[in-house]
Amino acid sequence: MKLYLKIWRQKDAKSKGAMVDYTLDGVEEDMSFLEMLDILNEDLIAKGEEPVEFDHDCREGICGTCSLMINGRPHGPDSLITACQLHMRSFNDGDEIVIEPWRAKAFPVIKDLITDRSAFDRIQQAGGYISVNTSGRPVDANAIPIEKEHADDSFNAATCIGCGACVAACKNASAMLFTSAKVSQFALLPQGQVEAAERVQNMVRQMDLEGFGNCTNTGACEVECPKGISLENIARMNREYLSATLKG
Amino acid sequence: MGILNSKVPSGPLADKWTKHKNEIDLVNPANKRNIDIIVVGTGLAGGSAAATLAELGYNVKTFCYQDSPRRAHSIAAQGGVNAAKNYQGDGDSVYRLFYDTIKGGDYRSREANVYRLAEVSTNIIDQCVAQGVPFAREYGGLLDNRSFGGVLVSRTFYAKGQTGQQLLLGAYAAMNRQIQRGKIKSYTRHEMLDLVLVDGKARGIIARNLVTGEIERHSAHAVVIASGGYGNLFYLSTYCMGANVMAAWRTHKKGAFFANPCYTQIHPTCIPVSGDHQSKLTLMSESLRNDGRIWVPKKLEDAQAIREGRLKPTELAEEDRDYYLERRYPAFGNLVPRDVASRAAKERCDAGFGVNKTGEAVYLDFDSAIMRYGREKAMTSGMKDPDDKTIRELGEKIVEAKYGNLFQMYEKIVDENPYKTPMKIYPAVHYTMGGLWVDYNLQTTIPGCYAAGEANFSDHGANRLGASALMQGLADGYFVLPYTIGDYLSDDIRTGPIPTDSPEFDAAENDVRERIKKLMSGSGIHTVDYYHKKLGKIMWNKCGMSRNAKELEEAMEEIAALRKDFWENVKVPGTPDSKNQELEKAGRVADFLELGELFAKDALHRNESCGGHFREEYQTEEGEALRDDENFKYVAAWEYAGEPKDAKLHKEDLEYENIKVKTRSYK
Amino acid sequence: MSLIKSSLARKYVMALSGLFLVIFLILHVTINLASVFSPEFFNEASHFMGYNPLVQFLMQPILIAGVIVHFVMGFVLEIQNRKARDVGYVKYNGAANAPWASRNMIYSGLVVLAFLALHFYDFWVHEMTYKYIEANPQDPTRYYAETVEKFAPVWRTVLYAVSFVLLGLHLWHGFASSFQSMGVNNKYTAGFKKFAKIFAVVVPLAFAFIAVYHHLNPITH
Repeated sequence: MKLYLKIWRQKDAKSKGAMVDYTLDGVEEDMSFLEMLDILNEDLIAKGEEPVEFDHDCREGICGTCSLMINGRPHGPDSLITACQLHMRSFNDGDEIVIEPWRAKAFPVIKDLITDRSAFDRIQQAGGYISVNTSGRPVDANAIPIEKEHADDSFNAATCIGCGACVAACKNASAMLFTSAKVSQFALLPQGQVEAAERVQNMVRQMDLEGFGNCTNTGACEVECPKGISLENIARMNREYLSATLKG
Repeated sequence: MGILNSKVPSGPLADKWTKHKNEIDLVNPANKRNIDIIVVGTGLAGGSAAATLAELGYNVKTFCYQDSPRRAHSIAAQGGVNAAKNYQGDGDSVYRLFYDTIKGGDYRSREANVYRLAEVSTNIIDQCVAQGVPFAREYGGLLDNRSFGGVLVSRTFYAKGQTGQQLLLGAYAAMNRQIQRGKIKSYTRHEMLDLVLVDGKARGIIARNLVTGEIERHSAHAVVIASGGYGNLFYLSTYCMGANVMAAWRTHKKGAFFANPCYTQIHPTCIPVSGDHQSKLTLMSESLRNDGRIWVPKKLEDAQAIREGRLKPTELAEEDRDYYLERRYPAFGNLVPRDVASRAAKERCDAGFGVNKTGEAVYLDFDSAIMRYGREKAMTSGMKDPDDKTIRELGEKIVEAKYGNLFQMYEKIVDENPYKTPMKIYPAVHYTMGGLWVDYNLQTTIPGCYAAGEANFSDHGANRLGASALMQGLADGYFVLPYTIGDYLSDDIRTGPIPTDSPEFDAAENDVRERIKKLMSGSGIHTVDYYHKKLGKIMWNKCGMSRNAKELEEAMEEIAALRKDFWENVKVPGTPDSKNQELEKAGRVADFLELGELFAKDALHRNESCGGHFREEYQTEEGEALRDDENFKYVAAWEYAGEPKDAKLHKEDLEYENIKVKTRSYK
Repeated sequence: MSLIKSSLARKYVMALSGLFLVIFLILHVTINLASVFSPEFFNEASHFMGYNPLVQFLMQPILIAGVIVHFVMGFVLEIQNRKARDVGYVKYNGAANAPWASRNMIYSGLVVLAFLALHFYDFWVHEMTYKYIEANPQDPTRYYAETVEKFAPVWRTVLYAVSFVLLGLHLWHGFASSFQSMGVNNKYTAGFKKFAKIFAVVVPLAFAFIAVYHHLNPITH
């Protein structure tokens, strides 16, 4: 099939970018979206132009590296997948496809479609862990039985891949779904209770410092999340934060 | 051969590790504050090592090419992590895990290392649960287990199909805690381009900031290489796109021996190749073989009809199907080890029974599992005489609960519903057992340079069992390396900070700059991917699932020629002093083009079949691998000597004092 | 302190002030409905509200403060949220993942705010003038007639009705989402949310009905 691509090109963080039009022929249905971009890049290199830089790594939907806004939606039109799992059979011959980087003040563009998501790392560093030393002797893993329901909910929250689609989708560029997923994972486990109050306060503080927007409960993040992380996690974080703050 | 001292402690096998820990030198906590360690790679091994070293008090610098440590490819491991917990009470023990791993590795791994691995495996589970890793649990609240290939017990802990992700996020969280404390400095989007030796000791690295293109010098008292495996040599593999051998290969070129490069794991259950444009292959977890049955049509004409789309697999009668694994290996059936399952699939497809367009796929069928679970569920919910449709619906729900995310992934990629029609699978490159040679302390042949996880050759011998990679990465990082490294560093407490303005750093940086310049000055005829794909084809066709001397010799020549062509004609656009993904790829492919040749040389010299290394000349009448313990019961460690073909062989003899070396049989 | 500064605190403030205004709406719609069914009761209730010192000097200022807090915070959030995406998308398909009402709270809110200005002018300013500036004597029977009179012009009735539609949209998202903001998440949540949606339809509809009813049923002298 033949496609008309509009792609954001930006030399580096300091430069001003712009949309550039490309026409790409010979795209096959069973190619992945990123393989389609590979072909475009091979063409561009052959023509002596600079290829389009985009973040990608595992290409199986788990590393969270790929981060493309495709026709106004993070990771494109399909649900519960990342851009690398999107296949060209979701498009038709002659389609126009607009490809942009994630847009958020907290995710500045590095080059073309690549953004800097280190804000997410810093939120995790602020408290996304349970303070247990390897060198210590932890108790036997089966010493604390955990109700299956809690274990499953905790797992579901923990499946967040940190891709940033929630921020990209949110009209406010809010990072609540990302932050609340980690808060929830630990809040649901007995191991995580000890530091729960401190954790939620520190992580929210860092989230605010990074310049993400406020949550207005539109629910766009949940719809676009490739791992289907639930809005319930945000409610849980709101509750955890309120009770942590009221307790002082 | 005097150099290859594996430093395995003396004494009974079960006491070696404890004894060793008691005897090695330690660094006191106050002195640890004055010691810097560089960790390259932040996957399970690197991440867990960095976190633990920082906890102990060392100053750690971590380097990863990804934009966050959390994205290392350990994250993609699906199935699980083994541990000899014996929670299921099915007779598991440290010894049994040790035995299974040695046997699974086809008696080509180091006994003491494997025993230690089995011994610390239980600590891994305790540690990870304490960190909040949400493993799957039973209704009683206790941890659940499942079974993996090549073993007869249930010892695999898992978190749905995302075990690697959860374990990596655990290590990443442990790292974050140390980053927050200021004990780890994390350098993301950085790539190690060379190792710096001062007085013969590893004292730092040269790294490139992938965003700005700056070449940076970083010094330390020790360097840990945890940069993963080199399966991307094959171009198409289940590795992530960025996976590379650069850190390990640069270390090799600086003097570290590279062990058993030809031991590659070809995983039996991957989604088959769909076309020339393909950039990567996707694995379907081995756990699927717990419930999926592998088959091809019995008759050639049926296979042909299926390939041409005239016949649907579901239309084929039970008696016309060949469940070849169950037929050939009745004891283990579909749960034979990976190398055996992969070769069996290749054998059937080569014989013309393949079931996709290219004839390179077999079926993985869940129909009987769906019906079995469905009947069970119907019984337990007290249904009387449920019809097939009801049973199927119930069964599909149970299969969905177990493997839902994998099925969804399959459907997204292939556009077929695996609940209704059997999955198509084919083997793909998945893991490399070979790697930097290390002693019992995980130190390479360069003093002060360590290797952990998939980057070392260590514990898996010639074939790795499922759910053992996560175990080994975390064992090395959390429980082994942080202690053994102290033995070396205890001599460095008075050294003080290592300066980066020494002639050695100057020279290393200069080399790196020259290399980049050379990469960018090719005549510009072909792209990097062109060469990578060509290399991949040579590797897959001549160094893949089965190998023979003639083709391996050809491969060595072809790779050398391709390498020459690459350096003359590669086209790298852009500039070196900015973000430049083509330049990044070029550097990685350049190294693959050297390693590939050594790989073929290693495969050529090993005149036997063992584990993932199958030489057509050495097989039984039934087509099973034929090992030669008399001549090849050793680790082949290669010393760099200019061209890869000139690499010098060193042998580490493998001694088995606690295990009887037998012919591996899963029949 | 962190409770005031953090983004979550701003959510709590929005949610709580919003919930407070919802409670006020219940009271308001109840009394107003009386104007349709029982002019006498409507007069009595209005007179009570107009002259009871507790209502006038405690509840009314609190209500005004609630409105101010809600809209000021709404603006603050909107400004911050716009800043959080300094470079916008060329193509942004917001409709694909979130309902219109949730994405346009600022607009539905602005319409309601503009409506409030009109409404204040119509009733509150009138009351204040009547009671304090002109210092007229108390007349407990005037309210019904005054109210019906207001809806004589078509333009006002239409403006009111349209504003109520926007109020409905604002409530449709706002009421239900205030539970989410306050972290309510238990077995009753689904029920709460359903109630909130029904409320968001029924209450504005009732208001609109009252306006239209009075327009169609003027007092004939």
